[in-house]
Amino acid sequence: MTGMTENPVDLLPELLILAGAVIGLLAGLFLPRGRQRWVGWICGIALVAALAATSVAALRPDTMAFEAYSVDLLTHVARATVIVANFLVLVLAAGWARGNSRETEVYVLFMLAALGTVILAGAGDLLVLVAAYLLASIPAYALAGFAKDEAGTEAALKYFLMGAFLGVLMLAGVTLLYGLAGTTAYQDFGPVRGGAAGLAVVLLLGGLLFKAGGVPAHFWVPDVTEGASRTVAAFVTTVPKIGAFVALFRLAVEVFAGLEIGWRPLIAIIAAATMTLGNLAAFHQDNVRRLLAYSTISQAGYLLVPIAMAGQSDLAEPALLFYVAAYAITNLGAFAVVLAVGEDRLAGYAGLARRSPGLVLALIVCLLGLVGTPPTAVFVGKVLVFAAAWDGGYAWLAVVAAINTVASVFYYLRWIRPAFQPGDAITVATRAARIVYVAAAVSLLLGVGSGVVLANAL
Amino acid sequence: MLSLTVFLPLLAAALLAVPRLPACWIWVAAAAADLVLVVVMWLGYRGGIGYEERLRWIPSVGAGYHVGVDGLSLPLIALTAVLFLSCAIYSLTQAERPKSYAALFLFLQTVSTGLFAALDLLLFFVFFDLSIVGMYFVIVGWGHGDRARSALKFFLYTFLGSLALLLGFIGLYLGSDPRTFDIVDLTASPPEAGALVLLAVGIGLAVKTPTVPFHTWLPPAHTDAPAAGSAILAGILLKMGTYGFARIALPLLPGPWRQYAWVIIVVGVVSVLYGALVALAQQNIKRLIAYTSVNHMGYIVLALGAAGLAAGDVQARQLAVTGAVTQMVSHGLITGALFLLTGILWDRAHSYDLDRFGGIAASARTFTLMTAVAAFASLGLPGLSGFIAEFQIFAGVIGTGMTGAVVAGGLSIVGILITAALLLRLLQKAFLGPLGELRVSEAQPHEVASIAPLLVLSLVIGIVPGWLLDFIEPFSAALVTGVSR
Repeated sequence: MTGMTENPVDLLPELLILAGAVIGLLAGLFLPRGRQRWVGWICGIALVAALAATSVAALRPDTMAFEAYSVDLLTHVARATVIVANFLVLVLAAGWARGNSRETEVYVLFMLAALGTVILAGAGDLLVLVAAYLLASIPAYALAGFAKDEAGTEAALKYFLMGAFLGVLMLAGVTLLYGLAGTTAYQDFGPVRGGAAGLAVVLLLGGLLFKAGGVPAHFWVPDVTEGASRTVAAFVTTVPKIGAFVALFRLAVEVFAGLEIGWRPLIAIIAAATMTLGNLAAFHQDNVRRLLAYSTISQAGYLLVPIAMAGQSDLAEPALLFYVAAYAITNLGAFAVVLAVGEDRLAGYAGLARRSPGLVLALIVCLLGLVGTPPTAVFVGKVLVFAAAWDGGYAWLAVVAAINTVASVFYYLRWIRPAFQPGDAITVATRAARIVYVAAAVSLLLGVGSGVVLANAL
Repeated sequence: MLSLTVFLPLLAAALLAVPRLPACWIWVAAAAADLVLVVVMWLGYRGGIGYEERLRWIPSVGAGYHVGVDGLSLPLIALTAVLFLSCAIYSLTQAERPKSYAALFLFLQTVSTGLFAALDLLLFFVFFDLSIVGMYFVIVGWGHGDRARSALKFFLYTFLGSLALLLGFIGLYLGSDPRTFDIVDLTASPPEAGALVLLAVGIGLAVKTPTVPFHTWLPPAHTDAPAAGSAILAGILLKMGTYGFARIALPLLPGPWRQYAWVIIVVGVVSVLYGALVALAQQNIKRLIAYTSVNHMGYIVLALGAAGLAAGDVQARQLAVTGAVTQMVSHGLITGALFLLTGILWDRAHSYDLDRFGGIAASARTFTLMTAVAAFASLGLPGLSGFIAEFQIFAGVIGTGMTGAVVAGGLSIVGILITAALLLRLLQKAFLGPLGELRVSEAQPHEVASIAPLLVLSLVIGIVPGWLLDFIEPFSAALVTGVSR
């Protein structure tokens, strides 16, 4: 850890996101319903500014702001990924929310949840972590039930109950750790031993696995993905995960590393269970959203691998950061296809190849991207993850991940196949389709240009 | 220039997006231009690694865009160019979605050429994986029969192989010092890697080759693929497996390869015999040819296994390797031709059932002639390329002078006998003899123009093989020296 500062400018990207949310909310109060999309513009501009601030901040040396917030590579990548992903979500949301009496709230809630996610990633103190957890979760609960329909309400309730329950456990874990170590700041943690420390780790993991959508805290994922609006589904399966995984990695390096308990095998087993259960459940889904939901669970499993290897292999950090960014963009692309076509049943995609060959091509890029077919970005991420696992002495985990990857091909192809069969006329929403193209292109470019990214950034 | 050869087909595929251009002719023109480039490269090749290009790709893990050609890769790149041009000409009358069809094949051509040119493990893997994706869509989009199922089986099975391969590559990477994915650097100082890495790489390549017991994806994929797809699958994609053995498994893991050379020889012999015997039992002509591929690939595995017998005679092992490379080229030409020929059967009669054909010679002379030449080439008749390849393999394997190798070589010669029997049975039943239930009309000009050159090339290699063998021999010598260290 290099310097310590108390300069608010170190938190400029976070402040800009917050400013976007607050100004947007205030503006929304005064704007007539027809012009509420201006709020979307305000939030979008705030995100662009935050991205610019992030890139400037990335050029400066690492620092610790207010003794509680790390400004380092992990934070920079999390900031950039969350901002870009949230921007794409806002564009998707604009089509859905337009004309709704609560249009402003949609944008603002997305901004606040994104802010919570970024802070989750940067937290260098357990109390900040808990606060960020709440900030990232509560707007997401509201979004899940936003449509006020039956499915959405049920989804929101499940999401909230599970989040609240695991949040309380997490808070208990924080309390326990504070009692054992006498501090909540990551950097002050010394070696702590004993069963209580192990319990604290398990409790902490509970909350973060909820955000990450990992086993055994994954039950909300399929229900929310299916019940909430499509845009919200895209958001909750993508953005909060970024923060959760980076936070987990930071905890593993800075806190768990000092605990003399077997946390590494524990996370490795959770990773293996998450990817396997997610894949098995995805096999026979006929609803695209449930299929994608289980796919995101299995992806969470791969993402847990570098966390189990944190501090054990030099490849763990680049693996995690690259994979999480690649996953975010590819997953958003796949969800954008659902939005563009507006169809949840697999069979409803029949005839898409004839109607829009470009969209099918982009869908193939995104889905094969999620499989990890080269030269997409997730492929590079997967190679790094496998290498990190093997390098860290967990070759069996790499083998499990590889077998799961093969199994996942089966259900991703189940979505591609109907697209080539003859079917009814399909209308394609242009705005969402554009996001699909962008996501597919970025996924490819990030894969081909991975060298530049890895050499200069990670 | 090498990169241009690799990516020219892909550029042409992009051109197809322009509306109202004749897709078939663009495809033929691109394939022809690529062949011209390959011929120019062949003539200008001066030994060593030619046309090398090296760019940084992912420097932090030592992976780069590193391509080049040598005595192993250039013949296979040439084979790729020839066979894809043949398929382009063969598909001139393709009526069903010709644009996407041409685009997919051009994509596959880039992928195949790129794979044979790649000198970096990760780059190799990229092309290896993409070949699976491309072929999946060819089968599922233009196949017949139970194509969706066959294509899925093909995808899952070969994808499993490719991930085993990826794990093996990571093992090689982690064992190297300094860590790198570069094949040339890794060949110069082989990584510290044990039998497990060889197992992973071996399974990955064995699925693709395919050898027994990893061959079960092959018959359904071949049977249900369109003719040109089968030709590429058997002619080019299977070579990726054997090429991988000669390019990666053998030179990068010389220690384990020597240690387990006998296992590899046994796998080779079993593939030879099992492939031949199962082919003998087939009633479906396309399945029959598919199983002969298992048999022919078995010879290559046998020869490469024998190359690892450190105690054997060096000259003989070099001969075996040269034979293996020649066999890759020869099998590509002959099986490519055979699958295109079965495509004519399907086109005319929509059946592959051997029992329903008969007396085709009466109505289709040129077609019969071409099939006869291809069948004789496939069974290893002297004067055709198959003989040159297999003779060298047997001479090399038996010439190592070790008892086990002599037995293995002897057993494999039985495989030739069985193949001869089954191909003669095919000729007799379907082409000679009394008229069958289904009629087959004469081959059309574009069909002749696509298949005949393959057979002529096989004949040329069979009669004057010197130019090809001289080209391969420096590679064989280097390979055998490397594995003996």
